[in-house]
Amino acid sequence: MTLADTFFLSFKTVVSYRLRSVLIILAMTLGVAAVVVLTALGDGARKYVVNQFSSIGTNLLVVMPGRAETTGAFPGAVLGQTPRDLTLKDAQLLGRLPQVRRYAPLNVGEAELSASNRLREVTVLGSNAELIPIRHMKLAQGGFLKHGADYSAQIVLGSQLASEFFPLTSAIGQRIRLNERRFLVSGVLAPQGKTMGHNTDEIVIIPVEQAQSLFNTTSLFRILVEAKSHDAIEPAKEAILETLKQSHDGEEDITVITQDAILATFDRILHALTLAVAGIAAISLIVAGILVMNVMLVAVNQRTSEIGLLKAIGAPAADIRFLFFAEAMWLSTAGAAFGFLLGQLGSLMLRLVYPDLPAWAPAWASIAGITVALLTGILASILPANKAARLDAVQALSKK
Amino acid sequence: MIELTSITRIFHMGEQSIYALNHIDLEIQDGEYVAIMGPSGSGKSTLLNVIGLLDKPDDGSYRLDGKTVTDLSEAEQAQIRREKIGFVFQSFHLVPRLTAAENIELPLILSGLAAAERKQRVNDTLRAFDLSDRAAHRPSELSGGQRQRVAIARATIMQPTAILADEPTGNLDHQIGVEVIALLENLHQTGTTLIVVTHDRELGDRAHRQLMLRDGKIMTDKKT
Repeated sequence: MTLADTFFLSFKTVVSYRLRSVLIILAMTLGVAAVVVLTALGDGARKYVVNQFSSIGTNLLVVMPGRAETTGAFPGAVLGQTPRDLTLKDAQLLGRLPQVRRYAPLNVGEAELSASNRLREVTVLGSNAELIPIRHMKLAQGGFLKHGADYSAQIVLGSQLASEFFPLTSAIGQRIRLNERRFLVSGVLAPQGKTMGHNTDEIVIIPVEQAQSLFNTTSLFRILVEAKSHDAIEPAKEAILETLKQSHDGEEDITVITQDAILATFDRILHALTLAVAGIAAISLIVAGILVMNVMLVAVNQRTSEIGLLKAIGAPAADIRFLFFAEAMWLSTAGAAFGFLLGQLGSLMLRLVYPDLPAWAPAWASIAGITVALLTGILASILPANKAARLDAVQALSKK
Repeated sequence: MIELTSITRIFHMGEQSIYALNHIDLEIQDGEYVAIMGPSGSGKSTLLNVIGLLDKPDDGSYRLDGKTVTDLSEAEQAQIRREKIGFVFQSFHLVPRLTAAENIELPLILSGLAAAERKQRVNDTLRAFDLSDRAAHRPSELSGGQRQRVAIARATIMQPTAILADEPTGNLDHQIGVEVIALLENLHQTGTTLIVVTHDRELGDRAHRQLMLRDGKIMTDKKT
C-alpha cells in the first residue's frame, strides 16, 4: 500500500466517524490553544513590565541609603550605629563624576495641598530640575526651576491636580499651599497615567530643599543618576560606590541598583513564569494524547473484523499498523492546526480587550505546542496500532 | 497446486487439546472444484484457513505451486494471499464505511497499484458482476445477494489462482444462493481453483471433488 493511499484511506475513516473525530480534535485544539494563549498572556505581561520599567528612565541608577548584607547583620548595629544618611552633599558629589550625565536627589512624602477652599492629600516629590528628564516626565505647561533658583518655592502639579484645583483657569502663576507653606505653580505635568503603580497625574514636585524643610529632614530618600551611556552604567556604579565610600568615612553603606539589572531580573522571572504556564497547559495536551490512545484502542476493538478482512485480502501487519498510525496523525494534526488558529484568535481577543498588553504568543511556544500535540498523537497511536497489527486474522474475522 | 503433508492444527481449550486438523495429507490440482464438507467442528473452516494462509498449522508442511509456504514471514504470506488467493466469507465482510466500488478496490490499493489503473479495473469488474449501478452504494444499502457479489468481485479483482469460499451461501436464501454459486462456478470455468466449505449436501454435490471431514481427519475423498 502506498503512503498516499494509507493517508487517504485513514482520512476517510476519520471523516466517517464524524462525532468521535470532532471530539478528539476538540480536545487537542483546546490543549494547543491553551499553550498559545497562556504563553501569549505570560509573554505579554513580561513585555508590559519591561516596557513600563524602561519608560521610567534611560541608563538609570538608583542610589539608596543602607547596605543589603548578604551574610550576617549590619556590623554597626551591634555598636548602636545606624547607616549614614544620604545627603544633598552626596548628590552634588555624584553630579561631578565623569560617567554621570545628570542626577536628581529625591525626597518623598505626603502633604496636604490646599487652594481656594479645596484641600487634599498628595504625594510630594522633592527634587531638582533634572528629575523631569531623568524620569522621562513631560511638562504640559510652564517649567520647573528653569533658572537654577533651587530655593524658590516653585511647585509642579500633576495634570489631574491642576484640573481639580484650577478647573477654570490656567494653573500657571497661581498660588497654592502645601501644609501651610505657600508655593507658586510654575508648571503642570502632561497626563501620563500610571507607571509602575504610581499615578504621576496626582503628584506634586517641589525643590528638594523645600521638601527637606517641609518634612523636617536633612537626608535624602534616593538619588537618581543617569549614566552618560549604556556602557557607562557599570563604571558609574563603581564610581558612585567609591565616591560615597570616601564621603562616608570609608564605610560602604549605600546600595546602588541599576535599572538594567532590575529589568533583567523581571525579564527572567516573567520568562520563567511564561515557561511554567506553558508547561501547565502542555499537561492538557498530554491528557488529549491519552484520549487519542483511548479512542484508538476502542476503534481497534470496533473494527476487529475489518482488520481481519484486511489481513485476509493480503494486508501485511505493517500496513495495518500504519493505517491506525495515520488515523492518529490526522486527528492530532487537525487538533494542532485548529488549536494554533484558536490560540491566535484568543491572543487577538486579549490584545483587543487589553490594548496595553502585547499578548503575542512567542514563536517557541506555538512551535512547542504543535510539536507536543503531534508527538503525543504519534505516541498514543503506537499501542493501538500494534494491537491491531498483531490481531489473529482468523479470530478477528470471526468477531462480529 | 496445493500440497498439504501431515498438516496438524491443535486448539487448546483449557486443559484439553483439540485436534482441529489431524495429520491431513491433501493435494489439490490447479483448476479443481473442491467441496469441503462435514459436521460443524470437523475442522473444515480451519482447513480452508490453513490453505488460505490465514492460520498457521502447528505441524506439517504446505507447498503452494511447488514452494513451501509454511515457514515464510508474515509479510511474504500476506503477499501470497494478496496475489494468489481470493476469500469469500459467509458474512461478506465488506467495510461498512466504503462504497461497493471502494470495497472492490481494496486489494488493488493494498498491492500499491496506481489510482488510474485501479479505477479502470474496478469499472471492468463492476460491469462483469453487473454491479455498475450499485458502485456508489454502501453495503448497508445493498441486498444480501448484491453484497456477496461485491465480496466475490473483491476476491477476484487480483485474478487469484484460487478462490476460497467459506459457506458463501450461508446467509442467503436459496434462490440467491444458487445465483451466487453459479457466479463462483463461472470463475471456475475460467480456470480458477475453487474450494468451497459447506454443510449443504446439494451444494457439495455440484463440486467435482468432495472431501468429508470428521474430527480433523479426511474420512472420504470422492471425485465425480
